[in-house]
Amino acid sequence: MDPGTAKPKQIFRIATAHGVSRPAAAIACIVLLGLVLLPTFAGRNLIQDLIFLFYMLALAQCWNLLAGYAGLISVGQQAFVGLGGYVLFALTLVAGLNPLLAIPVAGIVSAALALPTALIVFRLRGAYFAIGTWVVAEVYRLGFAQVKALGGGTGTSLTPSVTASVPGIEWIKTLLDVRTPAARDIASYWLALALVVGTLAFVYFLLRSRQGLALGAIRDREAAAASLGVDITSIKLAVYVATATMTGMIGALIYLQKARISPDAAFSVLDWTAYVIFITVIGGIGTIEGPIIGAVVFYLMQRYLADFGAWYLILLGTLGILVMLLAPRGLWGLLSRRYDLTLFPTRRRLETEPDE
Amino acid sequence: MIGLLDAIIQGILLGGLYALFATGLSLMFGVMRLVNLAHGDLIVLAAFVILAVTEKLGVDPFAAVLLAAPILFAIGFGLQHVLLNRTLGRDLLPPLLVTFGLSIIVQNGLLQMFSADSRRLRSGAIETASVSLGGDIAVGVVPLLTLVSAIAVIVALNFIFYRTSIGRAFRATSDDLDVAQLMGIDVNRTFAMAMGIAFVVIAIAALYLGLRANFDPTIGPARLLYAFEAVIIGGLGSFWGTLAGGIILGLAQTIGARIDPEWQILSGHLAFLLVLVIRPRGLFPRAID
Amino acid sequence: MPLLSTHDLTAFYGDFQALYGIDLSFDAGETIAIIGANGAGKSTFLKAIAGLIPSRPDSVLLDGHPIGAKRAAEIVKLGIALVPEGRRLFPSLTVEENLLIGGHGRKLPGPWTLDRVYGLFPILKERRASAAPILSGGQQQMAAIGRALMSNPRILLCDEISLGLAPIVIADIYAALPQIKAEGTSVVLVEQDIVQAMKAADRVYCFQEGRVSLEGRPGELSRDQIHRAYFG
Repeated sequence: MDPGTAKPKQIFRIATAHGVSRPAAAIACIVLLGLVLLPTFAGRNLIQDLIFLFYMLALAQCWNLLAGYAGLISVGQQAFVGLGGYVLFALTLVAGLNPLLAIPVAGIVSAALALPTALIVFRLRGAYFAIGTWVVAEVYRLGFAQVKALGGGTGTSLTPSVTASVPGIEWIKTLLDVRTPAARDIASYWLALALVVGTLAFVYFLLRSRQGLALGAIRDREAAAASLGVDITSIKLAVYVATATMTGMIGALIYLQKARISPDAAFSVLDWTAYVIFITVIGGIGTIEGPIIGAVVFYLMQRYLADFGAWYLILLGTLGILVMLLAPRGLWGLLSRRYDLTLFPTRRRLETEPDE
Repeated sequence: MIGLLDAIIQGILLGGLYALFATGLSLMFGVMRLVNLAHGDLIVLAAFVILAVTEKLGVDPFAAVLLAAPILFAIGFGLQHVLLNRTLGRDLLPPLLVTFGLSIIVQNGLLQMFSADSRRLRSGAIETASVSLGGDIAVGVVPLLTLVSAIAVIVALNFIFYRTSIGRAFRATSDDLDVAQLMGIDVNRTFAMAMGIAFVVIAIAALYLGLRANFDPTIGPARLLYAFEAVIIGGLGSFWGTLAGGIILGLAQTIGARIDPEWQILSGHLAFLLVLVIRPRGLFPRAID
Repeated sequence: MPLLSTHDLTAFYGDFQALYGIDLSFDAGETIAIIGANGAGKSTFLKAIAGLIPSRPDSVLLDGHPIGAKRAAEIVKLGIALVPEGRRLFPSLTVEENLLIGGHGRKLPGPWTLDRVYGLFPILKERRASAAPILSGGQQQMAAIGRALMSNPRILLCDEISLGLAPIVIADIYAALPQIKAEGTSVVLVEQDIVQAMKAADRVYCFQEGRVSLEGRPGELSRDQIHRAYFG
């Protein structure tokens, strides 16, 4: 081509930042600071509610990464919640480990078991994978029901000496002038906050990384991604193990807070997978913002409607179906399209500027 | 020795029940590639429909299932036409999520209407009747009828699939959706017919579920897993494969239970995972995929 | 009035526009050929007429009635049958079942029966019980044409029926065309093989980048005209 007649040269730049996100980052910092300081003035009920909100959100982020990005639709994540919980109980009750140390160990054990589990369930594709993961979770549940040292089918409780041995409880008691149970809640609150922020940060930085780009390609079109040389199986495996690790740690924290565990509760498909799926889908799957909105909506519904029992669950199921059919990108999808919003910019945008 | 032989016979008969659970699931996947997470709950729903018919009309469950079958056919047809057809496409999530939501709705709807109490279908003397097979081995009439019904259902489905024009349409639609439409096949209606038929199979499965043991609104998901395991163990090649899968699952559970009653369900799951490791495509896989 | 006509027919695959306003028409009993390079929109045009790709209601008229918005399953009942590219027989059906399913939605009375199709392609009768995938390419193509005929079409749309076949096999298949036309059926041939298309057709349309670039009777078009219409 004749250089003299060529179009004016343009500089192309691939950018992930986005106009809204800088103020959003500032707001996020303020919100985070507020949440950290919240126990100094908030009542115990709010603290407990927020603990619940935090771990549901953390679980939803994990499931979103798994299903929304890696295309691994699992209905068996309760396997790792229960596993994490049981590992914490075993380590603290039987081995006498400090609970704070038991949480990361629960993550490691979950990762170690996620690998052989993946070896089996990865043989199933798509929808079959979903039910396969559920079967595995049932195997875990029935397996732990056989462990008599942890109470068998009826389960067991943490002794007060274990729950009181979380470091910092004495410090919280004197600092905030509260009784032991309240101090325990506050310790759990900070742990849950740390875990949810950690999960968010992990997902956010993963999606902005090179691997994240590959994940986006898998989400958008798996076959095309494979033909471009993306090693889909190992990326999926890595995501599966990583989410299992985080889910296991969240599970350990949940059961440290609950202080009582049983196979039926710890491996409950409703509590640890169905709710989590609805949070993600109602909020908007395949985005970081979606599960946050979904968790808040779910928390409000749980708080004000849970007393209706079966009707509440029927409503939740119906809402999930309606969102899937009418607004498959969820509430966040509706909002972000309408106002062109992005809080966690993970998409790369091609920006052009004319050459000077 | 007699103990083992007895366990094998009971396992095969239990497999008949699992094959009935699985055949409906297999049919849905075979025709519309739908993996229905509400399958177990729909079986329980059908058991409650049969129960309601027996109580309202004072008839035997076997008669009630004849009355309930057309109702369930219509429910299945409508469910597919109004709801599930909208979820089918390249994306996996909509059908999974919608049937998962359906599962929760059905379970809690049943809880609301029928409470959490355990129920059972009553059919008089036949419940406890048994046939001696010589020696010390006797088999119950109801378990035997379950297996016979499973075989009859599969024979009937094979007749529909391979000897009728709607069956031809089922197979063609499953092969190639676009070209099926070029043949003048109304895909939505064809899928709705398939779901209607699957619901009749569900009604028959529900009859034996209710005759053989107690049921309550919460037992659906476990039935889904048994059905799913039987389908995968059998491979997706034929309904006979599904029967074989059901029997293998029944055998694994029965033999496991003989070792320790608490291991019944666990042994079934482990047998399934074992098959998955050895033969990922099941025992009788589909020739073309 | 022509049997079928299109008016400013457009077609899209998502955001990608494949057809830009096609105007084309033919009469009952006429055979037309559509030629053009890969990606010119020939197959898309057939899919749009057959209802696999939605279009504006009045952009396709059959006997003057708008059919553009109708779905594929309705269109075949109005007498338009498509032989899809790559044959696409149903692999889990036997040859005879493939033919029978062609008559699934049959609404129109007409000449084509199982026996007539077997008369047209005798080899299919021998292989009637075989599973479709084990047939040779030529036999599969015959079965695909026979399957379309079983709906008694007034218009037979053929997408690349010579693709991947040996010349002698192509000749066999084209030898069946006169018998199909003898029933008054209009035939639309989409072809890469220009020579074959020009021999069989009464009129030729050439497509280029989603538009009609040339139209005429085979004897009246020069090589040069065609070359230009093909490549622009």
